[in-house]
Amino acid sequence: MPQTLDQLPIGGAATVTALSFTGAKRRRMLDLGFIPGAPVSALQAAPWGDPVAYGVRGAVIALRREDARRILIS
Amino acid sequence: MPHHYTVALAGNPNVGKSTLFNALTHLHQHTGNWPGKTVATARGAFTYGGDLYTLVDLPGTYSLWADSPEEEIARDFLRSGQADATLVVADATCLERNLNLVLQIMEETHPVVLCVNLMDEAERKGISLDLTALQDALGVPVVATAAGTGEGLDSLRAAIRETVEHPLPPPAHRTGCGGCTGCSQDCRCAALMARAAQVAALSVRVPPDAHRRDRRLDRILTSRATGIPVMLLLLALVFWLTIAGANLPSRLLSDLLMGLQEPLRSLLSALGLPAFLVSALADGVYRTVAWVVSVMLPPMAIFFPLFTLLEDAGYLPRVAFNLDRLFRRAGAHGRQALTMCMGFGCNACGVMGCRIIDSPRERLIAILTNSLVPCNGRFPTLIAVLTMFFAAGAGPGASLTAALLLLLAIVLAVAVTLWASRLLSRTVLRGEPSSFALELPPYRRPRIGQVIVRSVVDRTAFVLLRAVSVAAPAGLLIWLLANLAPGDVSLLQRCAALLDPLGELMGLDGMILLAFLLGFPANEIVVPIALMGYLSAGSLTEYQGLAQLRAILVANGWTWQTALSMVLFTLFHFPCGTTCLTIRRETGSWGWTALAVALPTAIGTASCVALHLLLSLLA
Repeated sequence: MPQTLDQLPIGGAATVTALSFTGAKRRRMLDLGFIPGAPVSALQAAPWGDPVAYGVRGAVIALRREDARRILIS
Repeated sequence: MPHHYTVALAGNPNVGKSTLFNALTHLHQHTGNWPGKTVATARGAFTYGGDLYTLVDLPGTYSLWADSPEEEIARDFLRSGQADATLVVADATCLERNLNLVLQIMEETHPVVLCVNLMDEAERKGISLDLTALQDALGVPVVATAAGTGEGLDSLRAAIRETVEHPLPPPAHRTGCGGCTGCSQDCRCAALMARAAQVAALSVRVPPDAHRRDRRLDRILTSRATGIPVMLLLLALVFWLTIAGANLPSRLLSDLLMGLQEPLRSLLSALGLPAFLVSALADGVYRTVAWVVSVMLPPMAIFFPLFTLLEDAGYLPRVAFNLDRLFRRAGAHGRQALTMCMGFGCNACGVMGCRIIDSPRERLIAILTNSLVPCNGRFPTLIAVLTMFFAAGAGPGASLTAALLLLLAIVLAVAVTLWASRLLSRTVLRGEPSSFALELPPYRRPRIGQVIVRSVVDRTAFVLLRAVSVAAPAGLLIWLLANLAPGDVSLLQRCAALLDPLGELMGLDGMILLAFLLGFPANEIVVPIALMGYLSAGSLTEYQGLAQLRAILVANGWTWQTALSMVLFTLFHFPCGTTCLTIRRETGSWGWTALAVALPTAIGTASCVALHLLLSLLA
């Protein structure tokens, strides 16, 4: 079972459980819809595998691997 | 007595706010399908029912409470109470996420009108909305529009009028925890999100396959196997259409304009003007302007609309997505790919667009490297030189060769941009890349007719205006330099001779360098100035298409090596005057502006010298 968003395979779906960001970055992620309880899915990786586009609350948001690593999922 | 109302226009990035703004005010603010395009507030006005409404287009934001500069601008304006009402624009295809900002704005200000835009796109995706339920749930007036086609705009104007004149009472339902002490941002945020989800559940029905077409397109345009090849193909196609399409209008324009030179001369003489003035106006001013219009205008007027179509369809964020890995490794921000793409249109716009990058270090990198990609004003020079010296002949074959060579030049420019960004992030602008999230907006059917007409007309007007304001004085100056000859050697020859040693070291000559210097106000006049310089030595006088142009250049010692150096220096040299002023304004520092001038100039000079030495060694 993947623990962080970057481990979610393309085509997989999960639920956000927590964010390990602080300050403005945390705020930004929350505004984009990455809030605890929100369903996310991994849609598409870029040509070099990073970043990955995630579906969250009807929008498509691309995150770099090191940022996706700080979003915990279950 | 007519009333005067101010209405703020707010919304998430990329929900068609600028399109709506333009449709309401009949202004022509540039629009594009990517988040963060509007980086400053624009104002426009319309009259309705005899009253005047000033519309203030705020930057698109996801939230009001975060700390990016755009959000601060939007928040400060809404809190200042300058607006009589706030029009919030939301994307019908992605309403739940948009409602987050709607709810935040409703907490900050009153009254609010909600405009659910892009209804046509939603319909295409099979998304159905119950606007009455939405209006009841939110307690604010809701209007559906499709700003691209103008649908719903009348109801929107009526709703705005109704709201400023007879505002509804503030909705009783306040979201979140309002004033609870010690409340975490998560708490407030989660409460808003929960409310947004609740409202959306009441009013929107999204079929499970609504976005299937977008995902399929994404798989073609951004996947490992096809993302990069398709990107290069698209770029090559745009270049080929530009080059092939510009041939005919270019020839027609040059026939027409050059044919008018002699009648103009006769007319001026008949008016009794002295001979030197007739020559200055006809051979200096008129001919330079005619060259700019016939050689430079057609490719610019074709490339720009094609590029705008890609932008309108939502392709640019995919380019940023594809290239992000490279930019990250260069220590640059992911959004730099977007500002770089903007630079293809105009470097000054690209530099201003760097406001979408909120980390100061990465913003500076993006600003300093922006002019390493050629703007619309430099494309015609590249096209002309590549066509003349490396893709001779007519027909689709030659255009295709020229397009592929141009593609190579652009790939080189992007590679140098990455290299220079990396250099900067390892030296004067050291630091780690900051995190970023890039929204990949829904694809939209570009409004083809509208985009082409609008941008061809705008581009043509813009180039003609520049031709008159910049090329005309430059033509006069070069005529004076060529005809003022103390000691029987013209000033032009003296200046060119002064620059000759450096020019030759770079595989060019003094006249070309002089043309680049005199072309500082606008890149599109470099080639015309060089030609004027060559012609003032008095060889050929008539221009009959690129073949003739090539003959003039060859007669002045050009070879394919000169052409190669010319391509390199056109790609990499000091930014134009407008761009320099923009860099000064955006960085607030002459020091950074100087670096933005020195960096590309050094790269261009060094690569030309290296190429020249290498070719001399091989010869």
